[in-house]
Amino acid sequence: MNAGAALRRRWQEVLALAERRLPALTRLRRAEPLPIRLDRRRIYVLPTLFGLVFGSMLVVMALGALNYNNNPALLLTCLMTATAFLSVLIGFRNLDGLSLRAVQAEPCYAGDLLDVALVFDPAGRRRETLCINMGAAASVIRGDADSLPRAQLQVPTQRRGYMTLPRIKVFTTWPYGLFRCWSWLNPQQQVLVFPRPEAAVSALPPQPQAADTGSVRMRGDEFGALREYRVSDPLRLIAWKASARHDRLLVRDPELPQNPERILDFDSLPQLDLEARIARLARWVLLAEEQRVRYTLRLPRQQLGPDLGSAHAYRCLRELALL
Amino acid sequence: MRLDRRQFDLLTLTIVLVLSTHVGHLPLWANLAAGLLVGGRWLQRSYRPGLGAMPVWLRLPLTLGLPVAVIAQFGTVLGLEPGSVLAIGMLVLKLGESEKVRDARAALTFAGFILMAALLFDQGLLGALHVAVAVGLVFLCLRELEIPPGERRGPLFGRELLGGARAIALSVAAAVPLTLLVFLFLPRLAQPLWGAPDNLDARTGVSEVMTPGQFQSLMIDDSPAFRVQFATGQPPPPQQRYWRGLVLNRFDGLNWTRTDSSSHRPVESNLQLLSAPLDYEVTMEPTQQRWLFPLDVPTAAPERFLRNVDLTLTGFRPIGAVQRFSMSSALEFRLAGLNPTQRQNALALPYGYNPRAQALGAQWREQYGDNAERIAAAAMKLFRDEFSYTLTPPPLGRNGMDDFIFETKAGYCEYFASAFAVLLRSAGVPTRVVVGYQGGFWNPTGEYLLVRQSDAHAWNEVWLGERGWVRMDPTAAVRPERVSLGSRAASGAETSWYRSEWLMTLRDRWDLVNQLWNEVVVQFDTLRQQGLLRQFGVAQADWNQLALAFAIGTSLLLAFALWWALRAGRDRQDLIDRAYAALCRRLQRAGVERAAHEGPAAYLQRLRAALPQSAAELEPLFADYIRLRYARRDADAAESRRFAQAARRFRPRRNSG
Repeated sequence: MNAGAALRRRWQEVLALAERRLPALTRLRRAEPLPIRLDRRRIYVLPTLFGLVFGSMLVVMALGALNYNNNPALLLTCLMTATAFLSVLIGFRNLDGLSLRAVQAEPCYAGDLLDVALVFDPAGRRRETLCINMGAAASVIRGDADSLPRAQLQVPTQRRGYMTLPRIKVFTTWPYGLFRCWSWLNPQQQVLVFPRPEAAVSALPPQPQAADTGSVRMRGDEFGALREYRVSDPLRLIAWKASARHDRLLVRDPELPQNPERILDFDSLPQLDLEARIARLARWVLLAEEQRVRYTLRLPRQQLGPDLGSAHAYRCLRELALL
Repeated sequence: MRLDRRQFDLLTLTIVLVLSTHVGHLPLWANLAAGLLVGGRWLQRSYRPGLGAMPVWLRLPLTLGLPVAVIAQFGTVLGLEPGSVLAIGMLVLKLGESEKVRDARAALTFAGFILMAALLFDQGLLGALHVAVAVGLVFLCLRELEIPPGERRGPLFGRELLGGARAIALSVAAAVPLTLLVFLFLPRLAQPLWGAPDNLDARTGVSEVMTPGQFQSLMIDDSPAFRVQFATGQPPPPQQRYWRGLVLNRFDGLNWTRTDSSSHRPVESNLQLLSAPLDYEVTMEPTQQRWLFPLDVPTAAPERFLRNVDLTLTGFRPIGAVQRFSMSSALEFRLAGLNPTQRQNALALPYGYNPRAQALGAQWREQYGDNAERIAAAAMKLFRDEFSYTLTPPPLGRNGMDDFIFETKAGYCEYFASAFAVLLRSAGVPTRVVVGYQGGFWNPTGEYLLVRQSDAHAWNEVWLGERGWVRMDPTAAVRPERVSLGSRAASGAETSWYRSEWLMTLRDRWDLVNQLWNEVVVQFDTLRQQGLLRQFGVAQADWNQLALAFAIGTSLLLAFALWWALRAGRDRQDLIDRAYAALCRRLQRAGVERAAHEGPAAYLQRLRAALPQSAAELEPLFADYIRLRYARRDADAAESRRFAQAARRFRPRRNSG
């Protein structure tokens, strides 16, 4: 089992080397913009192992029929041969005209499996079993002329930043498994991989002492977030002046003032190396989102925030990924 | 990948159909064993799929037992028949261990081979059609194996299978032109590569030994023996349709056999033709025997055949396949010349058999003296007056002819011919028995005469001094219809339902189709191959010309096929884009054309100003389009259809309205 896995890894390495050194031989194309349409110039056909076995059986059949000088048997052999041979064209048509329309991937953290969805356009033709391989990941799609078949694949990630997807192999052995038609797709599309957050840290950095912005806000009622009184609210939180103005009881929302914003500063961690700093910052961003604390991310050349929410987190993690 | 239930069911069905092409010639035990194993395996896979493949303790004895059983039956594993039993057994065992897709593929590959073997046994049209259906199923099964397991719903016999069958029928039909081209031009072997084909597709027909009672199975066999086409287009009258196969001279009390002298060449001066020869072509079904059945007396032997002294035709090799012969015969002739040895042969009777018949012969001899014709007439009168014709005669004892002549007095041609010869020989008249066929059915549509196995017949030839050998048919004396109307009329009341008149007419029509199949496919050979290019002015093509024609034909076909494969489908975009494009065209006609750079939002902005009266309808349409096209989530099919319908329904309102 282990030896098999090692052998497979070795083979992948050899393939990768071949792709780098012999692009023509491995049919490696330069990355292309979407959509990528398959046409006859990039569809290759070879018999499968089963096709070869079937072919040798046909040869034996032909020899038998000729030897016994039996025309019906010869006719049968010819019919099977012609049908098998023409299945190349059916397989080719199954692939021809297909185009890769979109590559969709939700960013993941480095080291996780990246969920990639490939959206194909069948170009008005029913598509039978098509196998999609990307590296070691594999998926099968079929679809009617009107559908948009999606292939869901999981690709392992290693590093943060933009990742180039492994090239995609689309192949089909339709209709009888005798021939394999295949093509390579190498979309330009890159997918974002967030840095892996540090695992051990569970606390945000301490509040900055000097800038006590929270208390400043609390002074004026207009700045504080007010909401309607609920039965369980403590009396000291009632904003009496505001309540008087609005003719109903209003309370200051206790959340905001008690959690003043944090500053997640790249320069505050001189003791760590770059990757460790990025990992720590990524963890802080996630913690801050978890605890609903507004935060500012300070990076060497830019500052993001203060803000809170998924869009802000996305921006922060992207900047960290690309640092 | 493991086979799912649907795939396994289809595989089983395919294998059953493939096996059924062999049922006719397999030994009973093989049929039973195959049926039991396939059925058992199917039940197990359907109801106890968890058990998996056939376990080793069951598979191993079966695998080892198979060749043993074959050797026990045939004495060898070599040869066509034992080989095919072996192959069928292997296919059944393969089904037993088929759990994965690759097993199923191996089984189906092997099934192709078994189908070919089935055609070696039976070349007929029905057999070929049977095999054709099985081949379609093999391809259907291969196709089913390509569909990933998760995709399939529903039972085996459903719309999906119907769709698959349609696709297979289309693709096999599309392969037919290429098939025919390859079939027509593939060079045939002059010599077999291995083993001479034996016992293939043979009906024994008339054999070398005639024993009264032997024809019984033959008389109810309606399969064709041979077909004849006449140069004049018209057959001779029924009374003259005697197809002479073998002349039997030696009688041992039970059997009539040939004498060795029959293989001598005839002395030309002995044969005198009294009518113009009749030219005809005989298409023989394979008999695995070496003789032909010419009409009466052939004027010459066809190639690779010898004309014997008794004017029968013997070949150098058995007729192993459907074969066609050009012959010419005289219906009226005088065959003289009887040397002492031949005379002695034609008079010999075994000692100690049939004393009563011999006594009767001797009595006639005394009564009529040397007059052979009167003796023969006396025998004919005896038969006519006292004997009856039946296909189910009572059994005979040791002195068979005595029993027949004096006790049972009922039988058919073999009995009459045998008894007639015994009586005449006892009376000192040289007489011999001829076996062959008599009659035949004239097929007016196909203009050929069909002679069936049931037309098998035996009659006599009597030496009448000056007139030479003269044909005499005692059966005709008993039942004249046998000769004038054919064997079917003779059996009269004994006709069973399946030989009734209307059914026979239908079967004669069917025979015409069979004849066509025989002519076009089964008999195709090198000679006809060379005539393929006659249309193009090449009377006898050589291999180079044939190869060239083949190359041209294949190129044309493949060019057409490639055109089909490469022809781009109309780029129909998808449903949403099509609907949107149509919507834009309609708006353009209303006077607001979408600029090439304009996205839907900007276009809508302009439309609001230009067509305010339609804005209320356009707003939701464009909102839908933007959502369907640009939202993070892909549109599902139902939503797309709703949008397309709404877009189709939209009509811009005129300013006035």
